[in-house]
Amino acid sequence: MSDDVRSGPAADRGGAAPRVSSPATLPGLLVSRARVTPDAVALREKEFGVWQEMTWAGYLDRVRRFSLGLWALGVVPGDKVAIIGDNRPEWVITELAAQALGAVPVGIYQDSVLEELRYVLEASGARIVVAEDQEQVDKILDVRGQLPGIERIIYHDAKGLGVYDSEHLLFFPIVEELGEALDREQPDLFETTLQTLDPNDVALLCTTSGTTSTPKLAMLSHTNLISMAEQLQQVDPMVAEDDVVSFLPLAWIGEQMVTLSWALIVGFTIDFPENSGTVRRDLREIGPKAIVSPPRIWESMVSEVQVKMEDSTPLKRYVYDWSMAVGKDMADARFDGRVASSVLVWKHRLAEALTLLPLKDQLGLRHIRRAYTGGAALGPDVFRFFHAMGVNLKQLYGQTEVSGLSVVHRDGDIRFQTVGRPLPGTEVKIAENGEILTRSPAVFLGYHGDEQATAEALEDGWLRSSDAGYMDDHGHLVVIDRAKDVMILADGTTFSPQFIENQLKFSPYVREAVVFGGDGPFVAALVAIDYENAGKWAERHQVAYTTFTDLAQKPEIYALVTDHLTEVNATLPPAARICRFLLLHKQLDADDAELTRTRKVRRRFIAERYAELVEALYGKGDRLDVETEIAYQDGRTATVRHELRIETLGATDGVRPTDTPEPPAPGPTGTPAPSDRSEAT
Amino acid sequence: MTALDDLCVTFRRGPLQALIGPNGAGKTSLLNCLCGLYRPQEGSITLTDEAGAEHRIDRLPPHRIARLGIARTFQNIELFKHMTVLDNLMLGRHAHMEGSVLSCGLYWGRQQAREIEHREEVERIIDFLELQPIRRTRVGNLAYGQQKLVELGRALALQPEFLLLDEPMAGMNSEEKEALARYVLDVNEEWGVTTVVIDHDMDVVMDISDHVAVLDFGRKIAEGTPEQIRMDRAVVEAYLGDEHGNGGVGL
Repeated sequence: MSDDVRSGPAADRGGAAPRVSSPATLPGLLVSRARVTPDAVALREKEFGVWQEMTWAGYLDRVRRFSLGLWALGVVPGDKVAIIGDNRPEWVITELAAQALGAVPVGIYQDSVLEELRYVLEASGARIVVAEDQEQVDKILDVRGQLPGIERIIYHDAKGLGVYDSEHLLFFPIVEELGEALDREQPDLFETTLQTLDPNDVALLCTTSGTTSTPKLAMLSHTNLISMAEQLQQVDPMVAEDDVVSFLPLAWIGEQMVTLSWALIVGFTIDFPENSGTVRRDLREIGPKAIVSPPRIWESMVSEVQVKMEDSTPLKRYVYDWSMAVGKDMADARFDGRVASSVLVWKHRLAEALTLLPLKDQLGLRHIRRAYTGGAALGPDVFRFFHAMGVNLKQLYGQTEVSGLSVVHRDGDIRFQTVGRPLPGTEVKIAENGEILTRSPAVFLGYHGDEQATAEALEDGWLRSSDAGYMDDHGHLVVIDRAKDVMILADGTTFSPQFIENQLKFSPYVREAVVFGGDGPFVAALVAIDYENAGKWAERHQVAYTTFTDLAQKPEIYALVTDHLTEVNATLPPAARICRFLLLHKQLDADDAELTRTRKVRRRFIAERYAELVEALYGKGDRLDVETEIAYQDGRTATVRHELRIETLGATDGVRPTDTPEPPAPGPTGTPAPSDRSEAT
Repeated sequence: MTALDDLCVTFRRGPLQALIGPNGAGKTSLLNCLCGLYRPQEGSITLTDEAGAEHRIDRLPPHRIARLGIARTFQNIELFKHMTVLDNLMLGRHAHMEGSVLSCGLYWGRQQAREIEHREEVERIIDFLELQPIRRTRVGNLAYGQQKLVELGRALALQPEFLLLDEPMAGMNSEEKEALARYVLDVNEEWGVTTVVIDHDMDVVMDISDHVAVLDFGRKIAEGTPEQIRMDRAVVEAYLGDEHGNGGVGL
């Protein structure tokens, strides 16, 4: 990294700088937090049905003890400490404790299958793994044979582990006791170690999302992480009294940014849900002020509301439809910068009282000041849905390699088709080939153990994103898609498959869609239905089914999806219309490597895996037999055989497989022209 | 018609034990005798407490037996379907609740403090069985496998020394069975509760138990470690007997 990048805003953080340690490191920030507001609540975890609180002083105390405990176990600067488990205080305590020693934490997605786990442990060279519970410990013990580098496994939920007889296993509190003993002997050890930390050293190894390849380990420094949070804080200030619920995987950079760096510089409270099944209820109890989340969460909220409303009584449905329409009018007025008419204002007040506020409350969004979606594009319909409700949902854009984000919508300046404006301190430019380049103090140090990939990603301090995009007239960045995914349609226009997919996914019955068309004469789609919602629909309409595969192949479900696709087609330029589709016989699953751990579609992998299906979509027949391998939760695999149906859409004005392509569609070449379509809905 | 017969079974404090046998062998009848639902006309049932004192329990009413530390679950779920999971578990604490009509009626003070203690105990069980997401759900709305878990939770709320599980895995899919087997093992190993599992599904039972007794027509036909039972001729005959493949039990 060049020197000018290093002198980011983090370097000149002023204020009440403590003497003992540099506040420019994450543990240093914790120390100053614990000094300034020792009794304020730092973390809250719901346990035994009650929110248990931990103050900043208590937080530091536990970090201090665990850190010294790791020291006692022989952890030295530069060692890697892997962390796997659900969001719990122990996760962040471990991370800060490792950093305080100069060791490097590595986050692993808690739902990783054995091979992914083995890969990350091996690539990082971790010596110590801090695992949550028996499930994670079992997984690590399974792969340990191939990884002699792992010396200790530390667990913090002892349930079921009492009978394990392994010298490598240690209970979290035992390590804390080791640390306490060491602290009595050498009371200055913790502070003196902290002082030796260099803010530009690696503070975290974060796995990249891996939409296009196997995940890589990005090395992020303290300066990277802190500058990112400070840039965001400048744009969207949070205050110390705020609450945020930490429920997305901490191995994901977005959650890292909120739960660690942002919380540490501002001092707001982080709340950990009781377990993964109680997240929605806990969200509602806390009423967080901000949420950063990938599109999947927002999409599923919309589907849930839509399906519940369909189940509802006609009167309620009428009130809901009316209120949402009013909400959308209000949102549109705000987007266009118009002053709403007094009639609309009064209608909106009524709609809020009747529907919008209670709905927000149900979803746990009652107190949301800002909600962010990032990681992939979110469909305009989903955006409008939340804004109609009065939730200030904003798009952000970034990569793991810039510590999370580089571009974000500003309040009151939200455009569906853009991802917003660059953060202060972040420069964004478009390369000649259309690639988005970023430069900021948050740009990472490189990939761990992969200099070639680092050299490819970094060019004179600019980070290459492999995303294609352009800046619009308002200074907003428009991201078209992954550069390699951009399709050139039969009529020569370029188009973003993600854009069509998002339109398809707006239906509550469609969980995932993968659109093809770059090479073929027309656009075709693989569609995975939403099992739960489509299943409810089937029950309501007296369609009997047994399994996912059975349901997906029901003619009624095909008809349901066909209707939705026909609607979507009407809003698309002719060349981009979907001509043929099939409903997949299985859900796309991260365990089958079809999705990333943040539930993004791995397009190229799917194209490879379902090559047979894609071929059939472009073939003549309307039926095909497939055989697939399914990976079970415990890692076993099995082969299943099914017959799938291919549906050809009867859009008379669309491009038919047999037709010759029509003349070029409206919309300038080289842009996805999303604005045209968002108005058409 | 004979209900049980010349049976003589001993369950020891500590290990995870299983009582197996073909349908109609008398497993559930024995259990009903143990917890006082049936009163045997002949023979005796003795409970030796930790101090070594012997209690005849075959003439005691069920609630007295419960207080001696014997808890059970039922083959057909016997929960209060219109109450929440939490309330069902709190009900399991009933044997440990005390107080006069007056102090309970006043509630504030002593009884309130007690209720908090009981709730803490129940929350420990909720945490253990991972029932948090359904804490406030009515039992009637739960899936069958979850109801079975709640029933186990209610039995645990009694803080038993002996836990009798009547076909805890019946009607469960293999994933649910595996989860339940883990809980049963943990109850026995970590909480130190003597556990007796009654089942005719041998697969899981043989995997988890330390000691197995086999019943057939009210008689104990074999006893020993799972390995010994697998090899036992009498057991193989009782299960397979003349009616090959009737129960689908793999030995």
